[in-house]
Amino acid sequence: MEKQGTPLLQMQNIKKDFFGNQVLTDINFTLGAGEVLGLCGENGAGKSTLMKILFGMDVIRETGGYSGDVLIDGQKVTFNTPFDALAAGIGMVHQEFSLIPGFTAAENIVLNREPVKKTLLSEVFGDRLNTLNYKAIAETSAKAIEKMGVEIDANMRISDMPVGHKQFTEIARELSKDQLKLLILDEPTAVLTEKEAAALLDSIRKMSAQGIAVIFITHRLHEILSVCNKVVVMRDGYVVRDVPAEETSVSDITKWMVGRNVEAPAAAPDKQTASAASAGKAILSIRNLWVDMPGETVRNVTLDVQEGEILGIGGLAGQGKLGIPNGVMGLYDAGGHVEFDGKEIPLNNPKACLDASLAFVSEDRRDVGLLLDESLEWNIAFPAMQVQNKFLKHIGPIALRDEKAIQEVTRKYIDELMIKCTSSQQKARELSGGNQQKVCLAKAFALEPKFLFVSEPTRGIDVGAKALVLDALKKFNRERGVTVVMISSELEELRQTCDRIAIVSGGRIAGILPASESSEEFGMLMVSQVK
Amino acid sequence: MGYVGIAEGLRYWMKRMEMPRLIIAGFLVLLYVIAPFVGADFPTQITNTINRFSWNAVLVLAMVPMVHSGCGLNFGLPLGIISGLLGATLSIQFGFTGLLSFVMAIVIATPFSVLFGTGYGTLLNKIKGGEMMIATYVGFSAISFMCMMWLLLPYTSPTMVWGLSGAGLRPTISLEGFYDQVLANFLHIKIGNFEIPTGSLLFFALLAFLMWLFLRTKTGTAMTAVGSNRVFAQAAGINVDRTRTLSVILSTWLGAVGILVYQQGFGFIQLYTAPNNMTLPTVSAILIGGASVNKASIPNVIIGTILFQGMVTMTPTIMNALIHMDISEVVRVIVTQGMILYALTRKPEGGN
Repeated sequence: MEKQGTPLLQMQNIKKDFFGNQVLTDINFTLGAGEVLGLCGENGAGKSTLMKILFGMDVIRETGGYSGDVLIDGQKVTFNTPFDALAAGIGMVHQEFSLIPGFTAAENIVLNREPVKKTLLSEVFGDRLNTLNYKAIAETSAKAIEKMGVEIDANMRISDMPVGHKQFTEIARELSKDQLKLLILDEPTAVLTEKEAAALLDSIRKMSAQGIAVIFITHRLHEILSVCNKVVVMRDGYVVRDVPAEETSVSDITKWMVGRNVEAPAAAPDKQTASAASAGKAILSIRNLWVDMPGETVRNVTLDVQEGEILGIGGLAGQGKLGIPNGVMGLYDAGGHVEFDGKEIPLNNPKACLDASLAFVSEDRRDVGLLLDESLEWNIAFPAMQVQNKFLKHIGPIALRDEKAIQEVTRKYIDELMIKCTSSQQKARELSGGNQQKVCLAKAFALEPKFLFVSEPTRGIDVGAKALVLDALKKFNRERGVTVVMISSELEELRQTCDRIAIVSGGRIAGILPASESSEEFGMLMVSQVK
Repeated sequence: MGYVGIAEGLRYWMKRMEMPRLIIAGFLVLLYVIAPFVGADFPTQITNTINRFSWNAVLVLAMVPMVHSGCGLNFGLPLGIISGLLGATLSIQFGFTGLLSFVMAIVIATPFSVLFGTGYGTLLNKIKGGEMMIATYVGFSAISFMCMMWLLLPYTSPTMVWGLSGAGLRPTISLEGFYDQVLANFLHIKIGNFEIPTGSLLFFALLAFLMWLFLRTKTGTAMTAVGSNRVFAQAAGINVDRTRTLSVILSTWLGAVGILVYQQGFGFIQLYTAPNNMTLPTVSAILIGGASVNKASIPNVIIGTILFQGMVTMTPTIMNALIHMDISEVVRVIVTQGMILYALTRKPEGGN
């Protein structure tokens, strides 16, 4: 099937950067009609950006466009809007549903392309007064549903449907477009039950048999192997492998996905702490924790953190790794038992955690981590002032802010963490992402905690700042004996920083490995319980 | 070099002042410049402005706590005013006179403002993000409810009730013999036509100082942080709802004291729908002073009250003399409403 004439889609030397940050480099691949291509890679590998380019999304053009060529049927095309892409026969099913809840499946399928009937009024006043041709709508949607090969009720309202059927409605909508040649499915099985996912895979095979090419993005690697003709693995904006599906295996793909250099295992940075950790007692024990954090649900986590270690928590996005610190620190509804230093920590109570000498650097810098409109002094000193009554001076019965002490501590951390700012009075909003992150760390350091949760400390900051932030964490851990739990989606970073790494999958701990374990092992754990 | 430095300094101040404040300040200066030419007595004009400032400043100060805690501008000011009115009327009803009637009015108004403030704060905690809209209607309904109560409550003091029926309060009650000018007359300064109500100004200064001090305490700092970023404050272990309620109580109490200060200067208690006329000018004043929906300082209060009240006192005199037509009310309404509109459109996206 592969080599008959011009391939349907060719991508040649696609490059894309966001404000100097290279996210795609020299992407090349081809796709023939009726072929199914599995696209995989870690979060942030560049899959979504690539698909956005292919689909002509506005965000690409607004951020300076891309370089390289996209060829459809051998013709070079430039899509300025998704409408251009639709006209060229490309359909896309996004991760988020774009359906109208109050409409039936059939109405959603033909939305904005409804077959209409002319009426007397519309003859007089124009096409806007045409009436809908419900019979034709039913026919069109029935045809699309049949093409898909999965039974869904065309007359059921979207709001009454189970999640899986909504997904199928979206797919049917794309299939109902006659010109459809290429369908992009972005993690379509993420929300499906096993049975539904199997039905979807069947329908992908059926589409492929009808000559529709499919680009299938998923984290469930066995699905790729069962349905795709070829697999493209991306990592850090590069295509690292482009192989026929039958020549590969789940473990190969995970290795390619996560491993930067699989041969040289990342050495634990400091063997001394590793040994100290193994001898230490469990300082924090989490038992049967559940956390209701939207998009990061934790189902049942049991985890022991040893005193003095840096424990990494990794895993794919949406598997619940972020839910753990947010739940323990009381920012989202949680249940279960958390014991710190032999004492039970009540959940859903941020104050109690802080009082128990735990601190948290949130992954959500702008919304949770910082007072954007206040000075660095406020940002750094505030929690310590409120929780531990630091930086206050007493005048008679009233305690006032001790501006001098606040300034001192702020300057100390500005020097220590090399925060680039004009003065300690500068507003947090005016700093760059990396420096904002350092302020968040300083805020936690100023609490002088015994235990520190750091969530996605390097998200959205540049390489130089990354190294500084990670070094600061390591130093904090080593010099002050603070136990650190670091949550990150970047496995490499965890391996460089942590002693042990726990991998979260499906809201549970899939396993804990020493940082020196091979990337492949981690990769297997990451996808082991993906739901 | 010096020239460049000056230009830079000016640009900095231009930026800090913001357009509307510059325009209004310019307009006010213009009015003062014109005043002598149209025959208005300059010292009298200044005295009027200072007087009006002393009446209104505490009311404007009542905006500050709620702005700090992120509850927005206190459009529910009538609730505080009503507490003050209850304090005022009860104080007279119980037979207090002179300075004591003023002190007792504040004392009696306090439990009311705590009660109303708690309820109002609890309500605002349930509708985070839509505070100002709800607050406006809280104000309206409270006024309407009290319109009935002023008639029904069993007041008997002959200075306050309707002469013929002997029941129900009159819309306007003279404070002569009670606390008319009690603050203003303290250390009162009079040089020709120029007068300074020193006591009123000192009283405001005292409250403003206490507010300034409060905002520097641990609780005050927490209040500002709650207003700046609620989730941040929560993550730092602050009880957000309690802090917000406290700010609402403070605002309501200051509203109560504010209206009492206003009455002692004005000389009358105004009941029924009169509180309606207080809210928007007060909100507008603090905005002119440079406050925004989520940031307000004591200087904002002082500058804003001077500019707004200056304009209110100057326009009738000057405009009438100039064009023999009373458009001062029109100017006032345009500035008041326009300022609020301007500030609301500049609310940072997403709010809190």
